[in-house]
Amino acid sequence: MAVFALVFLAPIVYSIYLSLFRDQLVGGNAFVGLENYQEALSDAQFWSSFARVALFLVVQVPVMLFLAMLVALAIDSARLYGSSFFRIAIFMPYAVPAVVATLMWGFMYGTRFGLVGNIDDALGVDLPDPLSPSLVLASIGNIVTWEFVGYNMLIFYAALRVIPRELYEAAEIDGAGQIRIITAIKLPAIRGAMVIATIFSIIGSFQLFNEPSILQSLAPNAITTDFTPNLYAYNLSFAGQQFNYSATIAIIMGLITMVVAYVVQLRGMRVGAQA
Amino acid sequence: MTTLSEDRATAAAGRRPARLRPARRGSADRPRRSVLLTVLTGLVLLYSVVPLVWLLINATKTQDDLFDSFGLWFADFSLWNNVRDTLTYDDGVFVRWLLNTLLYVVVGAGGATFLAVLGGYALARFSFPGKRAVFAVVIGAVAVPGTALAVPTFLMFSQMGLTNTPWAVIIPSLISPFGLYLMWNSAAEAIPEEMLEAARMDGAGEFRTFFQVSLPLLAPGMVTVLLFTMVATWNNYFLPLIMLRDPDWYPLTLGLNAWNSQASTAGGEAIFNLVITGSLLTILPLIVAFLFLQRYWQSGLAAGSVKA
Repeated sequence: MAVFALVFLAPIVYSIYLSLFRDQLVGGNAFVGLENYQEALSDAQFWSSFARVALFLVVQVPVMLFLAMLVALAIDSARLYGSSFFRIAIFMPYAVPAVVATLMWGFMYGTRFGLVGNIDDALGVDLPDPLSPSLVLASIGNIVTWEFVGYNMLIFYAALRVIPRELYEAAEIDGAGQIRIITAIKLPAIRGAMVIATIFSIIGSFQLFNEPSILQSLAPNAITTDFTPNLYAYNLSFAGQQFNYSATIAIIMGLITMVVAYVVQLRGMRVGAQA
Repeated sequence: MTTLSEDRATAAAGRRPARLRPARRGSADRPRRSVLLTVLTGLVLLYSVVPLVWLLINATKTQDDLFDSFGLWFADFSLWNNVRDTLTYDDGVFVRWLLNTLLYVVVGAGGATFLAVLGGYALARFSFPGKRAVFAVVIGAVAVPGTALAVPTFLMFSQMGLTNTPWAVIIPSLISPFGLYLMWNSAAEAIPEEMLEAARMDGAGEFRTFFQVSLPLLAPGMVTVLLFTMVATWNNYFLPLIMLRDPDWYPLTLGLNAWNSQASTAGGEAIFNLVITGSLLTILPLIVAFLFLQRYWQSGLAAGSVKA
């Protein structure tokens, strides 16, 4: 419990404390109340990075969860050849560190010796560079999807396994087709797992850091220092030495994440209660 | 839920592996296997596996071949040269990073599992005032992302003079709210109250009960927590990135990134073949661990998510 407090509560308290102060050229460290928050909320850089992860969130998360759901349903249907092989192979990317995943995809994206370059050469076409500023967010989305599809698939799959098989038999006797069984039995039954997976994915999106940070060395022009809020906070404190302001950004992002996660949970539960 | 906890109980007793697919085989209607569905799912499988295959193939190439040959097929086979070069480059700094990673994993993940088991067991078995509050805090902590805490933790640790030491990486890894939550759940479900009663009747003390009755029942959940904290520590990037300045304390993830960015710095030697081979060596142990411990993480993950 002491370790828990040291690692968890102390940093939160400390960063709230930090966010209320400011290092000034004149007068040193001074209490400024909520001024840092005011500054952050009117900071165009912060909002543009926030808009970027929000866009990432509304596109990448549904795609990934939908894909994970399809695979989970397919594996659970027992209509696949070698389903346990599918389950394990699709889960495997989860064990790959974000660093390795990003480097690997980064190399493959490369037009010099990557697969994209190979395809360009082989077909004589000129594919758009995945690491260019306009496409890099989609490329990152692809990396994240690749890393976590299997993980989410397993969560869904585990929830599907718990449904009593008799329900399917009863439904079939009542003349329900497979699609009907999926929409009427399977999907409602795994609502809890869906809410959990959505919340984790939302948190992951808002806290996006590793992938853009690593891709930066491969695509220095496409990824700016304020690409995501986390990257911005990191650069503020390590390149800019603006610890107080950086702590403020971290707290604001934490709060937003918590609120969104909470709303999703509430909505998920309420819809669940109605069904 | 019943099938799952029964499964875990049997696994704990060591009689039958807790696979996630009981019942289905024997059920009355066995659905026909579908080629079409297999092919469609196969597309997702390809998506998951092709990058790994790419990594494997390109780890066998020399730096020149990386640029010249097709990405998904072999050129001259120089895997062993690459492995040797990776391990010896810059006075074997890769080995040093590997040992660092092992240290962080053994102490960090091992400690996290230990604390999660103790904490989860205590929370599940004993009632005390404020238990609901503790539960709320733990659930809240699961939702607090590690990265949001990293910068404040760094600032605090630098005040305490802990940055740039292994402790800066180990201490934050010791706490795993998810692990605590998972152990709490499995301690509440896997240990029948009657067994504890029986142990007490036979005169076993609290410690004896814990080690001889409860611990064996908790084994599957424990392996799951261990596996997931291991992955988290092994793959950790952000925390060591901000905590460590000295390359001698780098874990593998940071080291690989440093090797990669070396190419884009002035006067730096490009060593992409070593980055790729190093990446392969980095992921191998985890993949092997996951393959061998399948039955544990699959049932453990199921238990955690279903309950929630």
